[in-house]
Amino acid sequence: MKLLHYWLAMTGIVGRELLRFLHQRERFISALVRPLVWLFVFAAGFRAALGIAISPPYETYILYEVYITPGLIGMIQLFNGMQSSLSMVYDREMGSMRMLMVCPLPRWFLLCSKLIAGTAVSVLQAYAFLGIAWLYDIQAPLMGYVWILPALLLSGMMLGALGLLLSSFIKQLENFAGVMNFVIFPLFFMSTALYPLWKIKESSEWLFTLAQYNPFSQAVELIRFALYEQLNLQALLFTAVAFLIFMSAAIVGYNPSRGMMVKKGGGG
Amino acid sequence: MRRLKLTTLAFATLFASQLQAETVFVTLEKDNAIAVLDPVEGKLVKTVNVGQRPRGIALSPDHKQLFIATSDDNTIRIFDAASLKELGRLPSGEDPETFALSPDGKLMYVSNEDDSQVTVIDIASKKAVQKIKVGVEPEGIAASPDNRWLVSASETTNMLHWIDTKSRQIVENTLVDPRPRAVNFTADSQQLWATSEMAGTVMVLDTASKQIVQTIKLEVAGISSDLIQPVGVVIDKDRHYAYVAMGPANRVAVINAQTLQVEKYLLVGQRVWNLAFSPDQKQLYTTNGISNDVSIINLTEQKVVKSVAVGRYPWGVAVKP
Repeated sequence: MKLLHYWLAMTGIVGRELLRFLHQRERFISALVRPLVWLFVFAAGFRAALGIAISPPYETYILYEVYITPGLIGMIQLFNGMQSSLSMVYDREMGSMRMLMVCPLPRWFLLCSKLIAGTAVSVLQAYAFLGIAWLYDIQAPLMGYVWILPALLLSGMMLGALGLLLSSFIKQLENFAGVMNFVIFPLFFMSTALYPLWKIKESSEWLFTLAQYNPFSQAVELIRFALYEQLNLQALLFTAVAFLIFMSAAIVGYNPSRGMMVKKGGGG
Repeated sequence: MRRLKLTTLAFATLFASQLQAETVFVTLEKDNAIAVLDPVEGKLVKTVNVGQRPRGIALSPDHKQLFIATSDDNTIRIFDAASLKELGRLPSGEDPETFALSPDGKLMYVSNEDDSQVTVIDIASKKAVQKIKVGVEPEGIAASPDNRWLVSASETTNMLHWIDTKSRQIVENTLVDPRPRAVNFTADSQQLWATSEMAGTVMVLDTASKQIVQTIKLEVAGISSDLIQPVGVVIDKDRHYAYVAMGPANRVAVINAQTLQVEKYLLVGQRVWNLAFSPDQKQLYTTNGISNDVSIINLTEQKVVKSVAVGRYPWGVAVKP
């Protein structure tokens, strides 16, 4: 009976999020337009940017479009993670979070459900993006599209947990824009999404170190290898550990008696 | 009983042929060696020294002998294709680069760039039997599969010389786009394909009329036209597709040999010059001179699957079944 309760709550939350996503056609389109602009405009200008190096998981020379595709999937998930936690702040301000919080289930479970909901949305977006990229002749091996699913789930959860953690710090919606800029841009640009590590190393050693330990880089590499039917164990471990850390911190953050809620004078 | 033996033998041969993958030989201009590649594993097996500045390479029609033009030794060496032991040398004339074999494998035609001539060598006796004067800087050379024509391309004269293989006389010249580099016949001998390094074009000629039927301009978005320098050209035996190595454009053009339209450009390594099919024509191997590797192209999917480092300045390629 108890399990059924949990199940009902989770399907409710995930269902609501998916419905909201599908009904907001503008959100769906805008979530796709951002990476597509990067792909069609930005990448086109840097077609030969990679020069003559071959780095795993690639076994031959690739165009820049091919290189940044996994990075842009990471971008989709990063924005989605931030956006779904943005909606948490919104829910809190609007009062609809109270509805959720009065549910007689542990708060960590509700947060996890919320996270799964956000991740499900980002996976849909990622596949839609990959579909368009396929038509643009960016094609990975067919099985790669199956391999990528667990990678997308883990990276989506990790980035979503990061968003949750950040949203627990934020009291008002307005503050969120600043965090987006201070978090999203550094994470995205100091990563392997746009340039391979060896290329970053050529220009700056400390940037290379930052990019290497950037959890977003690891998520992108996990996705990149999975798309070519390979497992990058280091990226997997790194992403999983980052997820656990962010998630635990977010759960603490959302705890009314201990976390940031106290400092902010109570949330929800 | 005898039938059983035959069946066993047939099975054994079938099995052996499946196990024994083809071998790819690549001349390494700077390493004075050839690279031996296992294309199934996509791995370099070994490198064998062959002589100074090896460039042109070809197998005899029975796949038993391997001919390699060692340009700085002014000779073409014959190797046993299995053991890679040297069997002898051919009097190629100075600085041999490209050569063609007659379809029966008895004669070899060598372009002598500096002497503006083509040397005809009888392989069995290892003797030069004739020298044919052609235009300035002959480079590309091809014998038609029906053994009627020998075509030599002169880079500076911008001409294709049609040599009758019986009389060994030039019977016709065709003016083509500047700096013709490579020539190759279709399997039915009805067409000759030629590349122009300067104009960035591929010309398709009708063997009967010896005239250009169509000129195909190669263009890649975002790559300046002076980098488009087509060199090697191969056409599959069914004449469905032709593939052209585009030099510093780092691409192989995939041309529909029926419509004569370019369908695709495949990204390979730097300065791709020469190409060779696998025996089943399901794969294509390219030599990438500056990036020092060989790209393996899956022709069923028309995708580059792998690039394998082989050594310095890979130039020519030959595939043994």
